[in-house]
Amino acid sequence: MGKIELTKVRKSFGDVHVIPSIDLTINDGEFVVFVGPSGCGKSTLLRLIAGLEDTTSGTIEIDGKDATALPPAKRGLAMVFQSYALYPHMTVRKNIAFPLKMAGMDQAEQDKRVERAAKVLNLASYLDRRPGQLSGGQRQRVAIGRAIVREPAAFLFDEPLSNLDAALRVGMRQEISELHQSLKTTMIYVTHDQVEAMTMADKIVVLHAGRIEQVGAPLELYNNPRNKFVAGFIGSPKMNFIEGAEAAKHKAHTIGVRPEHITVGDGPWEGVVGLSEHLGSDSFLKVAVEGIGTLTVRAPGEVGAHHGDRIRLAPAGKIHRFDESGNAL
Amino acid sequence: MATQSSRFAARLMVAPSVTVLFIWMIIPLAMAIYYSFRLYRLISPDRTGWVGFRNYSWFVNSPEFWLAISNTLLLVGGVLIITIVLGTLIALLIDQPVWGQGPLRILVISPFFVMPPVAASIWENLFMHPQNGMLASLALGLGMKPILFMENYPMASVIFIVSWEWLPFATLILLTALQSLSSEQLEAAEMDGASAFSRFRYIILPHMTRAITVVILIQTIFLLGIFGEIFTTTQGGPGSASTTLPYMIFKQAIAAKDIGRAAAGGIIAVILANIVAYFLMRGIGRNLDA
Repeated sequence: MGKIELTKVRKSFGDVHVIPSIDLTINDGEFVVFVGPSGCGKSTLLRLIAGLEDTTSGTIEIDGKDATALPPAKRGLAMVFQSYALYPHMTVRKNIAFPLKMAGMDQAEQDKRVERAAKVLNLASYLDRRPGQLSGGQRQRVAIGRAIVREPAAFLFDEPLSNLDAALRVGMRQEISELHQSLKTTMIYVTHDQVEAMTMADKIVVLHAGRIEQVGAPLELYNNPRNKFVAGFIGSPKMNFIEGAEAAKHKAHTIGVRPEHITVGDGPWEGVVGLSEHLGSDSFLKVAVEGIGTLTVRAPGEVGAHHGDRIRLAPAGKIHRFDESGNAL
Repeated sequence: MATQSSRFAARLMVAPSVTVLFIWMIIPLAMAIYYSFRLYRLISPDRTGWVGFRNYSWFVNSPEFWLAISNTLLLVGGVLIITIVLGTLIALLIDQPVWGQGPLRILVISPFFVMPPVAASIWENLFMHPQNGMLASLALGLGMKPILFMENYPMASVIFIVSWEWLPFATLILLTALQSLSSEQLEAAEMDGASAFSRFRYIILPHMTRAITVVILIQTIFLLGIFGEIFTTTQGGPGSASTTLPYMIFKQAIAAKDIGRAAAGGIIAVILANIVAYFLMRGIGRNLDA
């Protein structure tokens, strides 16, 4: 019902090649997250799938049918925009019913579907308000409601949570995940936030400068990043990269150690604590180690190291090895 | 502007301009009301005195009066319809990215820079004139008789000329409204399966209602007082076929030199403008609320 296949898809704006060439298969029912820094082409890729941009070359197949030249409405996809793109002069009810009205559905069926969507999204008591009278989270729900009533082959989300505050973002993240569990529809989700990617995705697509760096399950990317970019992008705080003599000991140009894979106490590395952030559950320490550089360390909350303390560190856990061009060894 | 003293200071600061504006408005109005009840003819200035409502009753009972009222409303309504419909279409057109967009937009708004009597003269003499006009030679070239615009269709001709002048204003306001519409809304509607017409009907037009309201209100104010175009073209004729209320007042004041009757006509025009304003604000005023 919602298998999407991209073959050699390219997109250029004049001389700027936003997407050089991409091959990607998204299976039916999958929750796929496109993640990458801003300007990596992830939103453009989503808009290509939606049909809001024309591909320069290559083909997009939806459910085995060539959809490259189809207009957006004919692709059977629904999209949730970053700005929500609600229709400000219509009530919530009319907003949600709009795609049904455009499809020429009869009024009774429209009402039924709107009521059902409103119940799922806890919007039942807001149906007669206008978007301007709603909070950010509620607007987001209306936008999702407008998408689900059509029962599309796949949902496209374009950074839907970036306008919400941190607490609401966590809540909406869970709601979208639950929605995916209950609908079992293909979802493609674009974000620059790797936490969203890790928590929601079945499959993460890491994009960088219009290229796919790696595709895989969240933990696979975390455990076996294919190159330095993926290693640095996935995981928070960022992986520490060490070059020079220390890396040579492991027969690599660069080695990567995650902050959570360094223990405080006894060990081969000695350094001075710079910044320390005590979150209660964890303490993040920036430690200036002689001959290596500044390392970020994720220590247990009870470690009471402060600015200026001398501590010893030991790598404990996987050490990632990379060659000169940044590929994993 | 929260404390009592700052609010007082603010009132103090605006007081002079409010006072001047009030005097500016009330003196002419008071004088018009005063003269409208007086016998005051420039031909016989020695005969003066109070005449009660005689000036008003003459004006209302004049055979031209109801024609003038309906012509005034016809002019306002006709020009509004033409400018808003065409203005919306032109705005949609020049909002598209085309080569030479800047010069094109200047061309579109340029009629607004032509003075009303000049515009009217150009249209009357160079286009609509039955002997010298371009439309006449076009008609002759096609083997038809030239249309006598000012003789047979005086009101339609005046409405056309005034519309030509006001179209750029409407287009400009509507274009800015169009440009403030977020493209994501249109894309969302496209994803929702709305055709180009549906997008116009359900997304673009509702977005433009406030701008359309502004155009209607501003144009109505100016169109109620249209005079120069009629004066330069039809002179209110043939007969009084294209006489509007302002033109009728002009004829009383300048041709008949009866200041009393003209003043009465002026007060009637003020009342008419207020009636129109009342219905406009009741009908579309709520569009201005955010």
